Amino acid sequence: MNNKPQPNYRDNEGTPYFSFFLSELKPKGKIFTLFNVISVPVILLGIALIILRFWKGLGAITNLSQDVPWGLWIGFDVVTGVAFAGGAYVLTFMVYILNMKKYKSIVRVTVLNGFLAYAFYTGALLLDLGRPWNVVNPIIGNNFGASSVLFLVAWHFLLYMLAELFEFSPAIAEWLGARKAARILSGLTVGAVILGITLSSLHQSGLGALYLMCKDKIHPLWYSEFLPILFLVSSVFAGLSMVIFEGSISQKVFNDQISAEHRKEHDNVVHGLSKVCALAMFAYLFLQFLVFIHGEHWELLNTGMGHWFLLEMLGFVLVPMILFFYSYRKYNLMAVRIAAILTMIGIILNRLNVTVIGFRWDAAVRYVPSWMEIVVTFAVIFTELWIFRWIVRRMPVLRNSPVWAQESGH
Amino acid sequence: MGFDRRDFFKTMCVAGITLAAGKSFGEATSGKEPVEFQGMLYDSTRCLGCRACERVCAKAHNLPEPQDELKAGVLRKTSETQRSVINNFITSKGEVFARKSCMHCNEPACTAACLTEAMYKTKEGPVIWRGEKCMGCRYCMVSCPFDVPKFEFHSNNPKIQKCDLCYDRIKEGKLPACAEACPGDALTFGTRRELIAEARKRIFENPKDYVNQIYGEEVAGGTGLLYLAPAPFSELGFNPKLQTSSYPALTKGFLYSVPSVDVLLPPLLLAIYEATKTNQKDEDNE
Repeated sequence: MNNKPQPNYRDNEGTPYFSFFLSELKPKGKIFTLFNVISVPVILLGIALIILRFWKGLGAITNLSQDVPWGLWIGFDVVTGVAFAGGAYVLTFMVYILNMKKYKSIVRVTVLNGFLAYAFYTGALLLDLGRPWNVVNPIIGNNFGASSVLFLVAWHFLLYMLAELFEFSPAIAEWLGARKAARILSGLTVGAVILGITLSSLHQSGLGALYLMCKDKIHPLWYSEFLPILFLVSSVFAGLSMVIFEGSISQKVFNDQISAEHRKEHDNVVHGLSKVCALAMFAYLFLQFLVFIHGEHWELLNTGMGHWFLLEMLGFVLVPMILFFYSYRKYNLMAVRIAAILTMIGIILNRLNVTVIGFRWDAAVRYVPSWMEIVVTFAVIFTELWIFRWIVRRMPVLRNSPVWAQESGH
Repeated sequence: MGFDRRDFFKTMCVAGITLAAGKSFGEATSGKEPVEFQGMLYDSTRCLGCRACERVCAKAHNLPEPQDELKAGVLRKTSETQRSVINNFITSKGEVFARKSCMHCNEPACTAACLTEAMYKTKEGPVIWRGEKCMGCRYCMVSCPFDVPKFEFHSNNPKIQKCDLCYDRIKEGKLPACAEACPGDALTFGTRRELIAEARKRIFENPKDYVNQIYGEEVAGGTGLLYLAPAPFSELGFNPKLQTSSYPALTKGFLYSVPSVDVLLPPLLLAIYEATKTNQKDEDNE
C-alpha cells in the first residue's frame, strides 16, 4: 500500500473552462500498454472496414443474406449490449428511488458505462442501416410509424440516452469546476432517474418484442409471447453481472482513482448485488420454466437445439444462480465473480440464440458472421473502452466528488 | 381566481368535446366511399409456365431480365433483382407451376414493422415501399412471414425490392404488368371480394381440378394475392406453418402496454422516492 500512486488527476479549480479542457486533452498514463497495443490496430482495421462498407454496401463485409437480414451487429452489439447496460437503471433505482446509500459509490461509473454502451452500440446501429441518412425520419415525423415496435424502441433509446446524460452530467460539471451548473444538474437527477427507469423497462422488453412477429422464424424453444418480459427480467441480472465484472477490473486498473474507503466498501457492494442477481435469476428461471411447460416442447429437448437450450438454461442460468446464492450465504466474493462471468456468457448465448443462432435455425444455409463483422464489433467495443478510460481518468467518476460538491449535496 | 380558472377549464372541456364530437359526426355523414382492397388471383391450373409475367415485371421496374432456366423441381427465389418468380414443382398431382411474389396482406407484418411507414399499405390494397422514408433497417424483412422484401446488400444506396402490384399503373386504371401480359389468363386482377367469389366459382364448377382451398383467403389474416392450385399448397413451396391470424396482432399486447407503463410507472417511482426520502429525513433528525 505504501507505493500507492499519488492522485495526479484533479478537478478544475478556477482555470477558465476552455483552457482547462484543452489541458485535459493530453494523454495520461502509459502509451504502450497491452490494451493499447491490441486495440489500436483493431480500431484502425475497423475504420477501414467501415469505409469499405459505406462504399460498397453491407454485402461487402457482412455475411447477411435475404433470409437473415440481421446478424451479429444487431444480435450482439445492440441486443446483447443493451442488456449489459441494464445495470444503470437497476442501480439508479436502488440508490435514488429506494435510497440505498451503500451502492452510491458505484452509481456514477455504472451510469457512465450505460450511457457509453447506448451511445456506441446504437451508434453501431448506424453502420447496419442501409440508408442511414434517413435515420432522423421517425424522429422528425417522416413518418411516425407508431404501430412499430422498433419505433417505440428507437424513441425510448433516444430519450433514455438523454436521461442518462443528465444523470451523469453533474460529474462533468464538477470536473470543469462549474459550481452553478453542478448544482442545477444535480437537482435534475431524480427526474432523470424516474424517466430513465421507465424508459429502460420498455426498451429492454421492447428488444424482445421486436421478435414477436418472427413466430415462424425463431426456434420454438426460444420464441414465445413472453419474450419481452423475459428480456426485461434478464436485463436486471445481465446489467448487474456486468457491474460486478467491470467493478473488479476497475478496482485494479483505476486503482489510483479509488479512495481507501470506497475500496473497502466495494466488497460489500458486490456481495449485496449478488443477492439481487440470485433472486432475479430465480424469477427468470421460473418464468422460463413456465413458458417451456406451456409451450409443450418436450419432444424438442432431445434434439441438437434442445441440448443447446438446456446448456444455456442449466449451465449459464441455473449454475451461476446457485453460485450467487451460495456466495451470499458464505460471503465468497470469488464465487460471485465467477457467477457474474457465467451469467454474462449465458446472456450472450440467450440473446444470440434468439436473434442469430435460433433465427432461421432450419435454413439450408446458416448465417455465420464474417471475420470483418467481428473485427468491426471489437473496434466498436475498444473505442468505447478508450472513451470510458479517458473520462474515468479525468472526471470524478470513481473517485470522490470535489469537496465543494459534496458539501452542497447535503 | 381559482373559480375563474375552473370555469375556464370547463369551457375548454365543453368546447373540446363539441369539436371532437363535431368532427366524428362530420366524418360519419360525409359518407366516405368504402374502399375495397384490390388484389390478384393466380390460378395455377391455367399457368403455362411461359414466364411472360417475369419478363414484363423486370421491364416495368427497370430490373434485369431473368436469365436463369426454369427446371422442374428446382426452386427459384425472388431476389433484389427479381420481384416475382415462376417455379415448377413436382407434386402428387404431377408437375405444377406456382408463382411467388408479394402477398399484399390485409394486415401486413412489414408495414407494422416499419418505423417510418416507408413500407405502406395503400388504401387500394397494394403494399408499396417509399424510398424517401426508408432508413434501410430491414425490420420488414425480419418480420415478413413470406420473406418478400429483398434488400440490395451490394449497393451503397440500397433499395428494398418487392412487388408493388404495379401501384402506379393501377392508379392510372391499368392492370398490373404481369396480369396484362399473361397469355393463359392465369392472373386475374380485381377487388379481393370479387376474386374470392370467382375462385369459389371455379372450385365449385371444376372440383376435380382444384384442392378445395383458396390460399390467401385466411393465411396471415388474409392476403391480397389469392391462389388456386391442383395440389396441396404445402407441395408448392408455401409454408404450411403460417398462422391464420394476422402477424401484427402478435405485437398488440406489447404495444398496448407501452402507454400504460409510460404513464403509470413514473408516479409510482416518484411515490416510492418520496416515501424513502421522508424516512431518510426522520433518521437525520433523530
